[in-house]
Amino acid sequence: MTESDILVEVRDLKVHFPIKRGLILDRVVGHVKAVDGVDLSIPRGKTYGLVGESGCGKSTLGRALLQLNPPTSGEVRFDGVELTTLPAGKLRTMRRRMQMIFQDPMSSLDPRQNVESILTEGLQTHGIGADRDDRRRIIGETLDAVGLPRWALSRYPHEFSGGQRQRIGIARALVLGPELIVADEPVSALDVSIQAQVVNLLDELQDNLGLTYLVIAHDLAVVKHISDVVGVMYLGALVEEAPSDRLYSEPLHPYTRALMSAVPVPDPDVEDRRERILLAGDLPSPANPPSGCRFHTRCPWAQPTRCADERPALREIGGSRVACHFAERIATGELRPHKVSAQIVRPEGEGEDPAVVSAPTEPGSYV
Amino acid sequence: MALLEVDDLSVTFARRGQRTVHAVDGVSFSVDAGEVVGLVGESGCGKSVTSLAIMGLLPKQPGLRVGGKAVFDGTDLLQLDDRSRRDIRGRDVAMIFQDPLSSLNPVIPIGLQVTEVLTRHRGMKGEAARKEAAALLDRVGIPDPRRRLKEYPHQLSGGMRQRALIAMAVACRPRLLIADEPTTALDVTIQAQILELLKELVRDSGTALVMITHDLGVVAGMCDTINVLYAGRVVETARRRPLFRQPRHPYTVGLLGSVPRLDAGRGERLNPIPGSVRDVLTWPDGCAFAPRCTRRVDECVGEPPELVLTHDGRSYRCVNPAPVPGTPPPQATTTASTGAADDAAASTGAADGATAGPVPAPREEEKP
Repeated sequence: MTESDILVEVRDLKVHFPIKRGLILDRVVGHVKAVDGVDLSIPRGKTYGLVGESGCGKSTLGRALLQLNPPTSGEVRFDGVELTTLPAGKLRTMRRRMQMIFQDPMSSLDPRQNVESILTEGLQTHGIGADRDDRRRIIGETLDAVGLPRWALSRYPHEFSGGQRQRIGIARALVLGPELIVADEPVSALDVSIQAQVVNLLDELQDNLGLTYLVIAHDLAVVKHISDVVGVMYLGALVEEAPSDRLYSEPLHPYTRALMSAVPVPDPDVEDRRERILLAGDLPSPANPPSGCRFHTRCPWAQPTRCADERPALREIGGSRVACHFAERIATGELRPHKVSAQIVRPEGEGEDPAVVSAPTEPGSYV
Repeated sequence: MALLEVDDLSVTFARRGQRTVHAVDGVSFSVDAGEVVGLVGESGCGKSVTSLAIMGLLPKQPGLRVGGKAVFDGTDLLQLDDRSRRDIRGRDVAMIFQDPLSSLNPVIPIGLQVTEVLTRHRGMKGEAARKEAAALLDRVGIPDPRRRLKEYPHQLSGGMRQRALIAMAVACRPRLLIADEPTTALDVTIQAQILELLKELVRDSGTALVMITHDLGVVAGMCDTINVLYAGRVVETARRRPLFRQPRHPYTVGLLGSVPRLDAGRGERLNPIPGSVRDVLTWPDGCAFAPRCTRRVDECVGEPPELVLTHDGRSYRCVNPAPVPGTPPPQATTTASTGAADDAAASTGAADGATAGPVPAPREEEKP
């Protein structure tokens, strides 16, 4: 793959949020490492899916990509341009080429703006369209593309159903003619039958306009359906990245295996047959992540050596990238899962304790 | 005799100057002891209102009317006065809600909230109640239960809160448990834990479970019998396997077609149901699903479709159901479906005359 085929390239991206204490003098007592060293690249015209449980940093990663949350360190290259060091004015013009679709269309659309005003705002900001008529033409074409009728222009968001509101959100992103669209949970607020309509719409738009997507969602089935490549995140880092078919047929990382086995499939035969890997406990706090492999505290395959003290790097195994020391040996069945962690028990002292924040004093001192 | 027999349950909300809302419009289903029954449907289909009506938890407001029967072990829950209903609720019938943070009291420690049930229904006090509460938390998989008893809901994670809520629900070993979207607010791995816990509780204690959810995957793994709801009515009832293998009602077919499946290959397009839940016909005017239905025939409009019972114990409310692949259609269906096709031409005039007009075409989405 040549350099120009890659639209977005992320290198060692970190986003840390300070935890502050104190009423008058804010002391920084620690950092929530929402994203902690992510490498990924998205080829032009493809869809990259990002999955993970709540709090794993997938949304923060998406926002950091668009520089909506300033990254703590790392590089984000968009079409060869480094975004993290770009001056504000230049970044603003770049934003035309990368847009976002939000989860809840009701709270991301201004209730007091009608659809025309919502769609015109971006065009005006970026100086697209020669005059009013020209802008109207662009808006009309966008409405057709997302399947909204023309009479929608004079209406307000509350007059639409959930699915239609999400279409307005998509139209707002699309009207600027972007190359990259970051969709953060685009369908999770919608009913099942409407979900399918929006998923199909996103597919269609990609075919017609050659868009590149970063789709962030917790619903594995939806992500797998629309993505070419899926990245699985756990506690701020990618644990596995694989072509979407492979992810289900041959998950390599123990976390991916557990995730895949936990997703309910609407088919009783599959449900009864398949083996479930129940993880113990909850996601540990990202303010105080476990040492070594972040997943070792819940991992049914955790080994006494290496797992607790050496953080595994993403390495390539047969077309996938996996961050696990023992991925090959797990895949061949050489290592068996422990019985004890497969039960619903949480070992004492493990996992988050929201009352106590005990973070390392320096950001990045986890190694 | 089933443990819970819901018969023709209807809930309407009337408001002056506005259209009366028929949230639940003649729902009937039954639950046997130890059985897991699913109520499935999209938002607005009346599944939650059904459960609240059974529990007597609907807000008392003028304009609310609850009709029909919900017979639990010989007593009609809907006819009870508040006092005796409170005696049954929490002891014989318990409920688990969707959002554990808003259903737990934020200013009272978990322990007190669990012991409250024990004090009210089992007359336990002091140390005995605390001990039992700790045992309950332990049973639902909360580690270090003694310490957790003193903690407040915000100190627990989402999965822990849901476990605490389940502990409260099963505190008196109820015979019927109603779970309203118990895992919707949770992550998949936590969802798997909670579902496993519920299965275990049902298996061990013989509790009947009514599972209300929109997630067909959850239903496929848990329920024995499934009721699919649409616009306040049960449109299809079947055992788990037949429902997923051969859905008969076009709405069920549509639902199954619009869910992306994890085990499906990439590139298969989804088959969404056109329109949205708001495109409904009122039931007296015909099938509520008709405006969105792909198998619509003229008989769909005019009068509500009758419930068709088939020999294998399933039922659906449709005049033109999806055919069973491979096998010849059973007796009841043959008359319904071929009759529909044959009579279509002859009865068009009559059908048109009886109704206000033809069925509106399925639109991509409804007009606001």
